[in-house]
Amino acid sequence: MAKAQAAVVGVGTTAYGRLPDYDAYDLGMWALTEALGDAGLKFEDIDGVIINRIPDYQRFCEIAGIDPQYVTITPGHGRFAAICIDTAISLVASGRCKTVALVYGNNGRSAGASYGGPEDSYGSGANGLWFPYGMTSPGAFHALMMRRHMGLYGTTPEQIAQVSMTFRNHAALNPQAVMREPFNLDTYLDARMICDPLRLLDYCLINDGGVAIIITAAERARDFPKPPVYLRGAALQTVFADSMFPPEDFWRGAMKKVTDRSFGDAGLSHADMSALMIYDNFTPTVLFSLEGCGYCGEGESGPFVAEGHLALGAKFPTNTSGGHLSESYMQGWALNVEAVRQLRGECGERQVSEAANVHYCAAAPVCSSIVYSRDAS
Amino acid sequence: MSFKQGITAKPRPRITPDHQPLWDGFKVHKLMLPYCEECGKPHLPPGPVCPYCLSDRLDWREASGCGTISTWVEVHKVWFPAFADDVPYNVIQVELAEGPRITANLIDFGGKIEVGQKVQATFDDVDEDLTMLRFKPA
Repeated sequence: MAKAQAAVVGVGTTAYGRLPDYDAYDLGMWALTEALGDAGLKFEDIDGVIINRIPDYQRFCEIAGIDPQYVTITPGHGRFAAICIDTAISLVASGRCKTVALVYGNNGRSAGASYGGPEDSYGSGANGLWFPYGMTSPGAFHALMMRRHMGLYGTTPEQIAQVSMTFRNHAALNPQAVMREPFNLDTYLDARMICDPLRLLDYCLINDGGVAIIITAAERARDFPKPPVYLRGAALQTVFADSMFPPEDFWRGAMKKVTDRSFGDAGLSHADMSALMIYDNFTPTVLFSLEGCGYCGEGESGPFVAEGHLALGAKFPTNTSGGHLSESYMQGWALNVEAVRQLRGECGERQVSEAANVHYCAAAPVCSSIVYSRDAS
Repeated sequence: MSFKQGITAKPRPRITPDHQPLWDGFKVHKLMLPYCEECGKPHLPPGPVCPYCLSDRLDWREASGCGTISTWVEVHKVWFPAFADDVPYNVIQVELAEGPRITANLIDFGGKIEVGQKVQATFDDVDEDLTMLRFKPA
């Protein structure tokens, strides 16, 4: 077990929802200003910048008035939240940078962003084969995976509903969440079908918002106003080479690899996790992640969630903010901030008591796992 | 389920040189698969090389057209305007007897679609330039 090499010392978020007066740059600036305030830093202290979803890195740095010695920009895919954080860990651990700012800005709701249709290239280059059949959109591919899971293991809509209902109950305790009204099973089942077996309440919420995270080397992390949150383990695994999509194993193989590597680096195991932050673009992703990470057995995620393990107060409180399904679709970024805030004890009514370690994971063509801890080792 | 042409045309396949033999096969009502001459495995979607051993020695051979539904969905949202009259319509993925999976629609079925259902390829001459692969219960 190695000592953590990096830590989060500042986080910042904007309001989420419909914010038509703000573009992605404004939202990024808002979030970065909050994060710097949280860390007690000034703009000129930033020497590394990683931009996600905001259209242009140069314009953003011009607006922020900064000249970092490292800059990069990444595609606006949710899988990139963990990739960016993993890169930031390398930058500070190697001494290449002292203070890396990760900045995400998304004005998708006001800009009318949508998924599916002729411009959607989700999956792989095979969309030339799919479109003539009316097949498109990330949600539809998750629906294909969900149906396969239902066919193989007998997973039911009533079980899937538990994920969505639980996260909404959490969102009810989060003033920042966009959707805060709890709903029951009948409401879930009556919600309109988008792509059967997935209903409206299985889908995340496209909104406007921004998130920023400040990462520095672990040995400097005690010099900031807030208690540091250590990045104890982080791992990525791509799933590109298999030409069949969606993957037959529900990304279990890759999720197991990233969990094993990041838990190994952290010297921690499943039972050590106080809370989980699971990338929930759609409800099925949560089920697949629970199996891949090993919180339950293969094919057992339906009964597992139905037993209530994801609720606050239960064994593995998950997406305590409400997640993408109920807080806002901030493409993994806000879930990483929630992990930090839980470990700092800043979560008010939804605070997990004595939170010590939080596991973030995302099941996607790039699988990822990050272990956040109150302690450095 | 009908597939009549709407006001806006349905998306046409984007046929790259790698995909051409597949669509040429549909026109003569054959399901052709690219087989690797090195390792012997067929693959989909078509690509420039075998995804298993990276050999570029590919040989297109006629497949049985038999397969099993590995998964399916029923699309309710109108993602393509030309499908507005078709919703809800099904999209199935079929695991062919030869191994690869292919995406299409199921037609002429009795109302129920199930994972594991046996299906058989059938060919729909959309117009003189395009024939689409679909499946019907075996």
